Order: sequence, then C-alpha cells, then structure tokens
Amino acid sequence: MGAAQAKTKTYLGVPVRRPKVAFFDFSSCEGCQLQIVNNEATLLDFLSLVEVVSFREAMSERSDEYEIAFIEGSITRGDEVHRLRAIREKADILVAFGSCACFGGVNQLKNRFADQGWVTRTVYGEHPVETSAVQPVDRVVPVDLRIYGCPVKKEEVEKIVTNLALGKSVVHPEYPVCTECKARENICLFDLGEPCLGPITRAGCDAWCPTGRAGCWGCRGPAGDVNISQMEAIMTDYGFSHEEMLDRLECFGGFSAYTGSLGKGVRRK
Amino acid sequence: MTITIAIHHVARVEGHGTIKIAIQDGELLDARWEVVETPRFFEALLVGKRWENAPYITSRICGICSIGHTLASIRAVENAFGISPTVQTSKLRLLLKHMETLQSHLLHLYFLVAPDFFNKGSIVPLVESHPDIVTMAAGMKLLANDLCDCIGGRRLHPTRTVVGGFTMLPDKKELSRFRGRLNDVTADLVKTVELFGTFTLPSFERETEYVSLRGEDCYPFIGGDLVSTDGVRRREDEYVQMTNEYGVEQSTSKWCRLSRGSFAVGALARINNNAAFLHPAARDVATGFGLAPVVCNPFMNTIAQLVECVHVVLESITLIEELLDSRWEAPRQAVEPREARGIGAVEVPRGILYHCYEFDSGGKIVKADCVIPTGQNHANIQHDLEALVTRYAAEGKSDAEITKLAEMLVRAYDPCISCSVH
Repeated sequence: MGAAQAKTKTYLGVPVRRPKVAFFDFSSCEGCQLQIVNNEATLLDFLSLVEVVSFREAMSERSDEYEIAFIEGSITRGDEVHRLRAIREKADILVAFGSCACFGGVNQLKNRFADQGWVTRTVYGEHPVETSAVQPVDRVVPVDLRIYGCPVKKEEVEKIVTNLALGKSVVHPEYPVCTECKARENICLFDLGEPCLGPITRAGCDAWCPTGRAGCWGCRGPAGDVNISQMEAIMTDYGFSHEEMLDRLECFGGFSAYTGSLGKGVRRK
Repeated sequence: MTITIAIHHVARVEGHGTIKIAIQDGELLDARWEVVETPRFFEALLVGKRWENAPYITSRICGICSIGHTLASIRAVENAFGISPTVQTSKLRLLLKHMETLQSHLLHLYFLVAPDFFNKGSIVPLVESHPDIVTMAAGMKLLANDLCDCIGGRRLHPTRTVVGGFTMLPDKKELSRFRGRLNDVTADLVKTVELFGTFTLPSFERETEYVSLRGEDCYPFIGGDLVSTDGVRRREDEYVQMTNEYGVEQSTSKWCRLSRGSFAVGALARINNNAAFLHPAARDVATGFGLAPVVCNPFMNTIAQLVECVHVVLESITLIEELLDSRWEAPRQAVEPREARGIGAVEVPRGILYHCYEFDSGGKIVKADCVIPTGQNHANIQHDLEALVTRYAAEGKSDAEITKLAEMLVRAYDPCISCSVH
C-alpha cells in the first residue's frame, strides 16, 4: 500500500510519523472493522495518517511488520488463543477494539449457561463444533488500550488513532452517558417509558442511542463509581422488572462484576 | 505434476474461509471451500431472553447486514404477536433496507471486487491511480450510510428500529435533502455501469437452482412467498422445507439443499426470479449486461448487485416522495406478547435471511432459529469451485491464474462468513 500513502502528514507544521497498523478479527460480526471503511468522508485522511499493513476484510496484502494491532472480537477457541499470543509478541501497542474484545460482547451471553454441552447441541445437534468459554482479549494477553462500543464510534476511533500517531495519551471519560445525553438536551428516556443504563455506563459515544430515543444497553461498560443499587432503585421506580435491567446489564459483558450476584434466581434457559 | 493451492482466510470477504485445491497433471484431485469461522451460538444465547432482546442481540450477528438482521428479527416477533406494520412503518423500513442494500453492494463492487480488475490487492492503490473512481464510490456509499443514520439512528446496529415501528421518526426536512442527494447519485451509478462494462468477467457457467422471495406486484425485499427456478414455491412459514439445513465436516456453518445438491441465493437469484419487477431503468442495465434470466454464471452476481443499486436508488426517491406527501402518524404500535411462533423472511444483500422464534405466554424465547444467506450458498460455492478448477486445470491455466479465479469465485458470492456461522 506504500505508494498511495507516501504523502507526509503534518500536524501543526510538524511531520507526523505514520505508524504501521494491522487489524485482526476474532469471534465477532466484524462491524467494528467495517466502521473504519464506513468512514467514507474521512477515510482517505485516516489512511494518510497511518500505514495499514494488514486488513484482511478489505485488502489482499499482508505484512507481519506492525506497531499497532487492533484486535476485534472475543476469544472463543484454542486456535484464537495461539493467534492472539503471536500478534501480541509482534505488536508494540495492542488495542482491544470494540465491546467483544473489551468485555466478550454479546458472545459472552453463551457463558451464562451452566451446561455448555446444551449450548452446542442446541445449535449443532449431535455434530458438536469446538468452542470454549468466551473471553475478552485481556484474559489472554495484556492489553495496552481499549476502544469501547458496539459498534465503536468512528469519530472516537479517529481521535484515539490520531493521539496514538502523535504519541499523545488516550484518556477515556469516567462520567456516565447521562452527562452527554443532558448536554444534547434530550428528554430523559425514563420519562419516555424506556429503560436506560445511561446513569452507569461510561460516556464517549455522545449518547448515541438515547439521542435516537432508544435506552442505553451499556455496551461501553461501567463508568467510574457505579452505584448499582441506585440504578436498581430507578428501574423499580419507573416500573421496570429486575429481569429487564439484567437483560441490559449482561448484554455486552461490561457489567459482569455486578451481574453475577444480581442474576441469582433467574432462569438460565 | 501435482499442484496444491491453499488460500488460508481468503481476503476481501467478510469472515474466515479457506480454499484448498489439488491438481495432478491437469486433472482435479480435490477442491474444497472450508469455513473455519468461530461460532458464537446466537440461537442458544437467545433462549430465555425476553422478546425485545431478539432484534437488538441478533443485529450483532453481522456488521455488514445488521439492518437486515434487525428487520428479519422484528418481522418474526411481529408475525408471532400478530402485529401488522403501518404503511408508514413499512415504507420507512423498506427505505432503510434499500440503503443497506446500496451500501453493502457498493462495498462489494468497489472495495472487494474492483481491485481484481485493476490487478490490485485493495482499493487503496486506486486512490493514487484512479482518484475520481474512489471519490465517487466513497461518496455514493456515504449517502447510503447517512440515510441509514437518518432513519435507523445509526448505520450499523440501528437504534431506532423496534418491534411495532420506530422509537422516533426522521426529520422531514432532512429526508427531503436526501431526495436531492439520491438524484445526484443516479449520475454516478451511470458511470459505475460504464466502468463495470469495461471489466471482462470469467465466462464460467454451471446449471444452478436459484432461490429467492417472490414479489406479488413489486420486486421483493421484506416477506412473501419463497420460490426457486426449479419451480418450487412455498410459504414464508415453510422455510425449513426450503432450506433443509445440515451439518458438514468442512464447515462451522451449516449447508442447505433443495431440489438438487445445492442452490444459490442473492442478487442474481432475485433477478432470475423477479426480473419483471425491476425498475425499467434497472432492467435496461440488466439487459445491457446480457443479464436475461435464467443466468447461471456466478460471477454475474456482481452485475446483478449493480442492477439492484440502480433499482433501490430509483425506488428510494419514490418512497421519500410518498413519505414527504403524507402526515407523520404515531411512530410505534403497542406490543402484546403471547405464546406463539413467528417467522420473518427478508431479502438482505446476500439472499434470503430467515429468523424464527418460539415464545412462551410471557414473551420469552423458548427456541430460536436463524438461517443465513451465505449458509445457503456454501454448498453451491463448493460445487462451483470443483467445476471451475476442473475446467481451468484442463485448459492448462497456471496455478496463479487458478488461484485468482478461485478467489474471485468465492468473492462473487459476496460471502458474509461470520454471519453464516453466527
């Protein structure tokens, strides 16, 4: 891809070194990678900032020489563990890219069934296919940086990658989605009769879902200082069941520290 | 002399698939299309979940066709609970669906397929060599995605699409601006047709059964009867008899069969069954490419997608005009869960997608089944691959040429492998 990206990018007049970047997909819908391609308006600028050396979904060329590895997806099989470890050895910076990589994503809902044999039989009958408990990337190798979201928000990806290319640090908000939702002057979803995890979910998406009048499902995981009992009280006050809250809390795996105790007594299947 | 070709994880397709070929003295020993993608067990992880989880979770089956999954899932839930969408909801859903079709087809045409005809590994070198083409492709795709944002709240894993309708409606002024942008795109589509007219597709053909939804009075996208070019016709709720899924050793995705060992779904299947319902301008494009049903060249699926781009853009302009001429009604209907089974069949970019759920009286999912278009295509890809390698090996083509043709064949189906394994 070299020739197409040879132009030197500058930032405040200073030439920017273009890091070699590779994208890798594990168990996922590949939507987070697709968000990069979905960036039509700024895709070419983005490509001039980094040197993409491996991106199987969009290019045939491959190289094992990379500095930053973006890992999309959760880890669900032994071969994925081996592949991920090999990538970790080559990468200077390993990025968990999206909710599946950060928390296991919707895939980790599989883990709530005590009988994993039942899970396999339900889908594949008597011809089982290899699988193991769904793990986020940091359960297998050390992770240097997380980019949250299902899907990741392309503006946020660009901002973070720009910071990486410039050698600046990346700081995620500790405040909840509610803060961004209020800033957008939205009507509170609870007042519209919709459950919402905005009060306890980490911001950074600019209240993406609540702005579309759809309650937050917590795809970015917990904000700082989560008050889970207060969240339960809000849900109860507005007439939502324990199960409706649990559905949302356990959807992407970010709240797994809380769902274990909250889930007691809920039918597993 | 024995030649073995192994392409691990074919590039420029969604998901992980591998081609293995062995040729001895110009004769095929073995050709295999293997799907090694990791399963995520969506059908199991829905069990015990309340109904409103279904569209939300299943949209995560696929990043490219998440809108199609959401709409198939919603249709299955609505069919189970006896909800008929309003005319307004149906039109908005169809418009959203059209824009997903457009962005997905353009992704395939320009980002995945076109580099083969420029002898490049990706679209990136074309930024330097053919900047006009890349800018035009990106601009058209951006329009489709922007309109998905406008209606569904998000281009990927939509937020506003719910059982019963939408959480909120698009702004009419904004919708009106999209009518103008769609009009502008028709000129770019003419240029796209000209560009693809300069590409020479492989002339390979193999007799195939093509399966799609059947339009009653319009080109089919959401719901309807299931038909095949071999004359099979079934109702939407008889999808199991249409798909006949079964497990195979070489694939973590199930395979399907109907009248023969395999069948094909997708844009080519839709046109082979429904050419009469195409917008006249789209039909002219089809005619120009010699796409007269029934066409059995799998590489023509790419051209069929191009024809559909023209169709969906022109139909979307009409849909927007109709929506602008009507008064907005309530966005959403109430939902009363009940013990029932519901099926939703939707034509997504790669073919018919089925979602089926069984609910208990409280609206909890007891059983879930999703049959994915690429899963329906895998057996056909395998059979095409065998026939293609047999022919080109006998013609004495080099292993490099055979490798490229085999990859191009798989790519022509525009497989969505993660989706097919799910």
